[in-house]
Amino acid sequence: MARIELNNLAHSYKPGPADASDWAVKPMTMVWNDGGAYALLGPSGCGKTTLLNIISGLVIPSAGKVLFDEVDVTTLPTERRNIAQVFQFPVIYDTMTVAENLAFPLRNRGVARRQIAERVKQVASMLDLSSDLARLASGLTADMKQKISLGRGLVREDVRAILFDEPLTVIDPHLKWQLRSALKRVHRHSRTTMVYVTHDQTEALTFADKVVVMLEGEVVQIGTPQELFEEPAHTFVGYFIGSPGMNVLPALVEGCKAHIGDSTITLGSSYPKFSGGQKVEIGIRPEFLRVGNGGHGLEVNVLRVEDAGSRRIVRAEIGGLPVAAIAGEEEMVSAGRLSLEPDPKRVHVYADSKLVRV
Amino acid sequence: MDKPINNRAWFLVVPVVAIVAFNAILPLMTVINYSVQDTFGNNQFFWNGVGWYQELLDPNAELGGRFLASLGRNIVFSLIVLAIEVPLGILVSLCMPKKGPGVAFCLVVMALPLLVPWNVVGTIWQIFARSDIGLLGWTVNHLGLDYNYTAGFFSAWFTIIVMDVWHWTSLIALLCYAGLKSIPDAFYQAARIDGASRWAVFRAIELPKLRRVLLIGVLLRFMDSFMIYTEPFVVTGGGPGNSTTVVSIELVKIALGQFDLGKAAAMSIVYDLIILVSCWIFYTVMTNTREVRRERLA
Repeated sequence: MARIELNNLAHSYKPGPADASDWAVKPMTMVWNDGGAYALLGPSGCGKTTLLNIISGLVIPSAGKVLFDEVDVTTLPTERRNIAQVFQFPVIYDTMTVAENLAFPLRNRGVARRQIAERVKQVASMLDLSSDLARLASGLTADMKQKISLGRGLVREDVRAILFDEPLTVIDPHLKWQLRSALKRVHRHSRTTMVYVTHDQTEALTFADKVVVMLEGEVVQIGTPQELFEEPAHTFVGYFIGSPGMNVLPALVEGCKAHIGDSTITLGSSYPKFSGGQKVEIGIRPEFLRVGNGGHGLEVNVLRVEDAGSRRIVRAEIGGLPVAAIAGEEEMVSAGRLSLEPDPKRVHVYADSKLVRV
Repeated sequence: MDKPINNRAWFLVVPVVAIVAFNAILPLMTVINYSVQDTFGNNQFFWNGVGWYQELLDPNAELGGRFLASLGRNIVFSLIVLAIEVPLGILVSLCMPKKGPGVAFCLVVMALPLLVPWNVVGTIWQIFARSDIGLLGWTVNHLGLDYNYTAGFFSAWFTIIVMDVWHWTSLIALLCYAGLKSIPDAFYQAARIDGASRWAVFRAIELPKLRRVLLIGVLLRFMDSFMIYTEPFVVTGGGPGNSTTVVSIELVKIALGQFDLGKAAAMSIVYDLIILVSCWIFYTVMTNTREVRRERLA
């Protein structure tokens, strides 16, 4: 178990990176606490797998340092870092039984036979694999195989962190939540630092205590699921997290008023003047838009209302831009003009996609 | 719903039946026909029933003695060749570069021996290994070893085995290389994380993943080495004495040298059956061990 520290870390797959797009991971400094459950969330190609491979030692970063418990491990090879990794596709040793698979990392490290047997038993019971120990691993289902991969990490008592690289990609949907809750349980039980890479917000938000959102090699926000929801630090976080995502609308902000097209809304606080070159936008979560009577809200044109079972999503447009809102139970919404009133405290202002805090 | 029954699709099989009949079934029938008869030339045949077969399988008969002795040489040759080429091929494939400019170079160099026709391979080695003018033969003799494939039993065997290894190890190596390339990186990464040694990686990942290509490789090499003819014929001519006379050389001697069509036909049929049966057994064993093991454990 370890505290992981990334110090001005950056990586480029090209030698001599020239412009910003050459960097797979842009310079970042971060600390992950011992025993925490972290998720790295971002779209494909945002550098999250690269970051994971840097931590596990499969990739040596172009710049910066990786520290485990304040010890520099940047150039230490994988096998000496005491890290476990679960990959996208289950990696199991075909010719071995489940027990042999679980024992493999310990056998390679020359652990005593009796101790291995004991550990394998413990880990198997933690993962509900006890009844399958004697089976050949190659005949198992994908979710069992992923459990074995995870088990190979857990079996080492001195493992510093377990890294997951989109581990649920090949798992059937109905088994995903089972495996996810198994993971959560294992984390509570073992208190091993876990880092979980995914592009699925549900996975990230349900697994992690802290979510690290990445975009184009950059960390745009680190926060608890609640923070990501209530106060997205970047417009990308706004629409990547939440379903439907945050409404992001270009606006003219003057003091505590924002003008969007013909509508004017009140903001929670007063903002300084923005320079002409900046792209100013406001972001409002659909959950914080109320259907109003007209007057001081967003004057929108309702296109349709989607019934999502537990709630209704109003799809509308304002000046050609899509807006979504969640309609309350009793609110009657029909196509045509409508006023959507935001909760002023929940309206965020973004300059060049970044949250403006006042 | 009633499906309309239309058997006209069978006509589509006609070309295949015709071609197979023409190039396989009819010639095979002819051979079977010969194998139960005897001829003294002049296109006159006499019925001999299973006589040739009885003689063929009787070690004390002249025909049986020759057949079984040459069959023994075939088996020994195939076993030795497989025992060398398979491990060596795997080793070579493991040493080949996985990326970079070296890949193309290695592939071309490895493919070269495979492109050389059998009789040319024979001729190359026949000259290369000659003790008077061949580079190999001359060098070995000048190192103080008595090496002469036309006179020495071991020299002759050594020559044809080394020749076959030179010619065909590439096949195993290339097949294994393809198999190795298809292993996803994650397996190697996982093995590194699990702290596996090089040998453990080979045993736990590479060898199991090579199973299928090795099955094909071993089958191909077995069949091919079991029917070997041209190379020993060109290099040693079956000698010295009969020491490198394999079944196919014996067959040609009987069929075309002595014109004993009946004996040769019977021998061909038995030879054919042996190859078929051994390939079938081999394939069944190789593909079934896994299932059996799984069942036992389940």
